Amino acid sequence: MTALVPANSPSQSDAKPSLLREGSNPATLSAIGLSAWFGKRKVLERCDLLMEARKVTALIGPSGCGKSTFLRILNRMHEVIPGAQIGGRVELDGIDIYGGSLSPTQVRSRIGMVFQKPNPFPAMTIGQNVLAGLKLSGTSTPDKGRLIEECLRGAGLWEEVKDRLNEGGMSLSGGQQQRLCIARALAVRPQVLLMDEPCSALDPISTRVVEETISTLAHDITIVIVTHNMQQAARVSDRCALFLIEGLGTPGRIVEEGPTAKVFENPDDPRTLDYVTGRFG
Amino acid sequence: MTTTDGAPPTQPVPVIVDEPRIIDDGPRRRPRFTREGLTDMVSAFLTGAAGAGIVRTALGWHGYLGTGIWWYIIFLVAYYLLQRDGASTEVGLDRVVTVVIWSAGVLVVAVLAWMLIFLVVRGAPRLSPGFFTHDMSKTGPLDPGGGVRAAIVGSAEQVGLATVVVVPLAILTAVYLHELKGRWSTLVRFAVNALAGVPSIVAGLIVYTVWVVGGHGPSGAAGSAALAILMLPFVTRSAEEVLRTVPDPLREASLALGSPQWRVVVQVVLPTALAGLTTSAILGVALGIGETAPLILTTSYSNATVTNPFHGPQSSLAYFVYTYVLEPSKTQNQRGYSALLVLVILVLVLFVLARYIGGRSRRKLRRSR
Repeated sequence: MTALVPANSPSQSDAKPSLLREGSNPATLSAIGLSAWFGKRKVLERCDLLMEARKVTALIGPSGCGKSTFLRILNRMHEVIPGAQIGGRVELDGIDIYGGSLSPTQVRSRIGMVFQKPNPFPAMTIGQNVLAGLKLSGTSTPDKGRLIEECLRGAGLWEEVKDRLNEGGMSLSGGQQQRLCIARALAVRPQVLLMDEPCSALDPISTRVVEETISTLAHDITIVIVTHNMQQAARVSDRCALFLIEGLGTPGRIVEEGPTAKVFENPDDPRTLDYVTGRFG
Repeated sequence: MTTTDGAPPTQPVPVIVDEPRIIDDGPRRRPRFTREGLTDMVSAFLTGAAGAGIVRTALGWHGYLGTGIWWYIIFLVAYYLLQRDGASTEVGLDRVVTVVIWSAGVLVVAVLAWMLIFLVVRGAPRLSPGFFTHDMSKTGPLDPGGGVRAAIVGSAEQVGLATVVVVPLAILTAVYLHELKGRWSTLVRFAVNALAGVPSIVAGLIVYTVWVVGGHGPSGAAGSAALAILMLPFVTRSAEEVLRTVPDPLREASLALGSPQWRVVVQVVLPTALAGLTTSAILGVALGIGETAPLILTTSYSNATVTNPFHGPQSSLAYFVYTYVLEPSKTQNQRGYSALLVLVILVLVLFVLARYIGGRSRRKLRRSR
């Protein structure tokens, strides 16, 4: 098993350059004419969206309009579901991730994901959870202790858990577990981080901590976040895309996208104004 | 609200007196049985006894089973009538149904307890340390002494061999069925279910025809093969159930970290399910150790302790019991019962172990949801 840092080892991150930032290379992700099906049911219709490097892009919209599906297509997690298919392209800095030059596992280690419900591995300690991604992709790390510390600091969890890295991941509270999952995603050093309603299972205080984490991370990484919370979208995102369905059983579309301030205050589409002001949805 | 007389209604201001309240330590106990309830129960019980006695005398029955059944029925009726008169029809019915359900549970436990008591009474007197360290090679049919050493060695080797083959195979099959969900999984699952339905004597017969009669003769390994045929579907099915308890979000989380599927299985799913899989394996061992029919056809029997399972007849606990219980002399029967007691205690220990380990894993997984 993984060798872990002694609980009170001196912080090394001040002396050396950050492992996370070193060679960090945020990438621009673009969806081009993206459609999606579950079996014969079409759930997304020709979505185009540019998710720029070092920016936070928020995907908003009512339930069942395809936001999560869109997000899962971005790192090839959509195809894990039986019967799921896509049309169109997703480009990571110009490379088509469905093109065959990258394998699904390569795509996923460059584009990380944080899920709606915290899902730390119950059979691993907190430290092992952080390193799980490296172990699972067969990558070796010379400086495990330092990486654990940096990822946990990056996720805003270090101070709370530094003395209990050898405890099980399930011993943490829900908010801490979610930040542990963020730390776990960071350890793989992804260029893009996808977050699927990361705060929906959290209390307001944990939510604020995670939001602060997102703002800090956005300096080094591209972030795409699905949220149901309008205030959250307004608080954390630079750009915003609204997904809507036109009727029951029709596929979701992107109705409007643009800088968050514009989408919230001066949208082009009347439906956007209705949605962000809470008149429907 | 407006008041007609113009003056504001004078309401008594509730005075909150800060009286120190006595707080009990711990939760309150609710009485489960009242004195009346207990009296009713006892009266109904006695009525049942009297009624059953009358029926027994009047009809000239002498069986205990019939009397017992009459006793129980009259007891239920009397209890219902007493409860109905004391409270209402619904309450009466509710209590009678409660009693019936309770008695079903008690009956199951009673059968098990009766079996164990029977075995202990029959088998315990002969159990001594020597019983475990001697075999029957130097003991005549009517001599005291002798023991189950040969049988224990045989059982351990036969079940051990079968387990070594079955457990990895079963876990791999379960992984194929539940993790890979491969193209042939419907067919494989059908085969596993069909295999689970094979009567144990048929498993023995297959090995007997192909191997024993085919020129290799009886041996412990032949018995292992027959046991493996029986244990494989059992362990596979229960291992698949265990994999089902591993939450899907863990698999998704692993995949999203850029893990190939084989690593998801090896490093996340199997470690998470480890305790449950251990339980499946132990239950498989418990199943194998109690099988008799396939061994009769495959291992044959030996009085001497045979340590090489690949050559020649070998004893086993179940076969030992089968042999000695059918012998004519009392001394021989005694030995059979003692061996049976050893076998049952062994199986019970395995079950308790399996429950303990399985319970721990279930608690761990529940916290992860």
